Amino acid sequence: MAQLTYRASVSLAIAQSMRKDQKVFFIGEDVGAAGGVFKATVGLLEEFGKERVMDAPISEQAILGAAMGAAMTGLRPIAEIMFSDFLAVCWDIVANQIAKTRYMSDGQINIPLVIRTANGGGSKFGAQHSQSLENWSMMIPGLKVVAPSCPSDVLGLMDSAVKDPDPVIFYEHKSLYAFKEEIEKTDLFIPIGEANTIHEGKDITIIGLALMAQRAKDAALILKDKHDINAKVIDLRSLVPLDLQTIKKSVIETGHVMTVEENPRLCGWGAEISSLISEHCFKNLKGPVTRVTTPHVPLPSADILEDNTIPSVELIVNEVIKKLKGE
Amino acid sequence: MVDKLNDDIGEEKRLQLWEMMLKLRLVEKKAYDLFLQNLIKGTSHLALGQEAIAGAFGVALKQGDYTFCTYRGHAHTLARGSSIEGVLGELMGRQCGLMKGKGGSMHLTDVDKGVMGSYAIIGAHLTIANGTALASKYNKTNEVSVCFFGDGTTNIGAFHEALNMAKIWNLPIVFVCENNLYMEYTPIHEVTAVEHPAADRAGAYDLDKIIVDGNDADEMLRTAEKAISKAREGKGPSLIEAKTYRHSGHSRADPGKYRPDEEVKDWMENKDPIKNYRAKLLDFNINEKIISEIEEKIKDQVEKATEISMASPIPEIKEIYTDVWANGGSEWHN
Repeated sequence: MAQLTYRASVSLAIAQSMRKDQKVFFIGEDVGAAGGVFKATVGLLEEFGKERVMDAPISEQAILGAAMGAAMTGLRPIAEIMFSDFLAVCWDIVANQIAKTRYMSDGQINIPLVIRTANGGGSKFGAQHSQSLENWSMMIPGLKVVAPSCPSDVLGLMDSAVKDPDPVIFYEHKSLYAFKEEIEKTDLFIPIGEANTIHEGKDITIIGLALMAQRAKDAALILKDKHDINAKVIDLRSLVPLDLQTIKKSVIETGHVMTVEENPRLCGWGAEISSLISEHCFKNLKGPVTRVTTPHVPLPSADILEDNTIPSVELIVNEVIKKLKGE
Repeated sequence: MVDKLNDDIGEEKRLQLWEMMLKLRLVEKKAYDLFLQNLIKGTSHLALGQEAIAGAFGVALKQGDYTFCTYRGHAHTLARGSSIEGVLGELMGRQCGLMKGKGGSMHLTDVDKGVMGSYAIIGAHLTIANGTALASKYNKTNEVSVCFFGDGTTNIGAFHEALNMAKIWNLPIVFVCENNLYMEYTPIHEVTAVEHPAADRAGAYDLDKIIVDGNDADEMLRTAEKAISKAREGKGPSLIEAKTYRHSGHSRADPGKYRPDEEVKDWMENKDPIKNYRAKLLDFNINEKIISEIEEKIKDQVEKATEISMASPIPEIKEIYTDVWANGGSEWHN
């Protein structure tokens, strides 16, 4: 048993993939000599050398383009986009090229690459270094979207993402880098597309992702201890592919559903989940699906403003009580 | 008298180049005819008049080398040896098309021939071509990657990002700017800070300034071979600016009326790469009968391929749902 941080699990996961497969290499800004701005890639350059751990210029299009081209030949690149907000400057490569080339080429070309990126708020970095952008990528056919909530999921999902023959965007949450977990075995494989029930309960289903899954779990503990409410918490782990069966099964059991999303409300991933639930489980619902999201605003920077914009444990607790007890 | 037949290019390669350029010209003309008959839908960007560039690279490259081109890519695809019915069939949305109708005119792809795609968003493919070049370097193999693009591309960010990366990593790649003087409908000099949109930027990336008459097939072949050899020998990237001119408008919807009549006439009559090359072959004492036989052979090939394409079935509707993912399907939830 060893305690591992989410941060350390990232570098370990990359290292494990690179040890297993010579076709895997790693490219990004300040990822090698500096070990990453979040220190999530420390030690990789020392172990694998400059040929496999490549420090790139501030050229996000060139980074992802090079990763895509290399993947087209059968290599398995892992490319880092330092902050997910920077995906906006290379979105053509992601949304038009990486996502569509397999389809347009009638399957002649596979693009087995992983785009890792630091996502989400909590660091008071302001509106351009804090966004939760999973929903940007989930709406593009051809992209798989993964967002782990704990170190073991980082390990297992990274292994899966690197081995996947399709492009995967791997959203790491900045506020989880310090999150610790006791881990018995580090060589894990978790298939992409399997949600994880991280708290059992029969009164309500709370669906979260990444940091919001952890906050939903913390809220569930409080609800159980102080309010006699048993919430089932589903950590989706990936949005594409989506584990609809696990969601359906739980909704049939509880009849109450809440999504907890870090993104602004409009077109957040919870909207799709809500739509799927109304389509597949309408008769099982005891009330409308509740969506807890950030308001429709860019993220502000000051402590009190950011803290009150992103859904907190307290907000989740209060929303569940309001929903179930009408208080 | 100079022994013209036994110079650095020679008769055999010249005839190969002649056949190649003629094929690109005649297929493109056929594509235009099929448009007029409404057998090809959507849009199309013809490379009529620019055949010497794709043709020269087609002759100079080896099997296994990678090429990337733009939405004006019918010629570049054919130049790697893709079948005529594969190209025309794709334009017509038939099952015999290179991508069975999934991609269309702007996305011709034929991986078996090294055609790694035709890209319709300006600039992107320069960065992607770096990736295949990086793979050759990583794997210590000796393929060369070649990336064709237009003059308008030199003003987008991806062009600059890609050149810088190719240089700092010493990648085996050749960037080929086909400067046809117009960025879509606008004269390139009106929207570019320098006279030579690609070549004048080369120095910024510690690359040689290379300008070539892109309508002179022999010069184009020499320039291509030199840059390809340099890349193959591990001596890094090149940026070539080839001056040329498109005989038709930017796309199907464009009659090209913004260009002065005199200018168009001059390029069509005096600088047509195919007309001039035919004259050159005769000047080199190559038997006209051989030249004409090649013409007849290509005409015949184009007609036969057109028949095959027209007879090929249209795609089945179920094809819509295939090949989003490597498992062949398009499912996004269980």
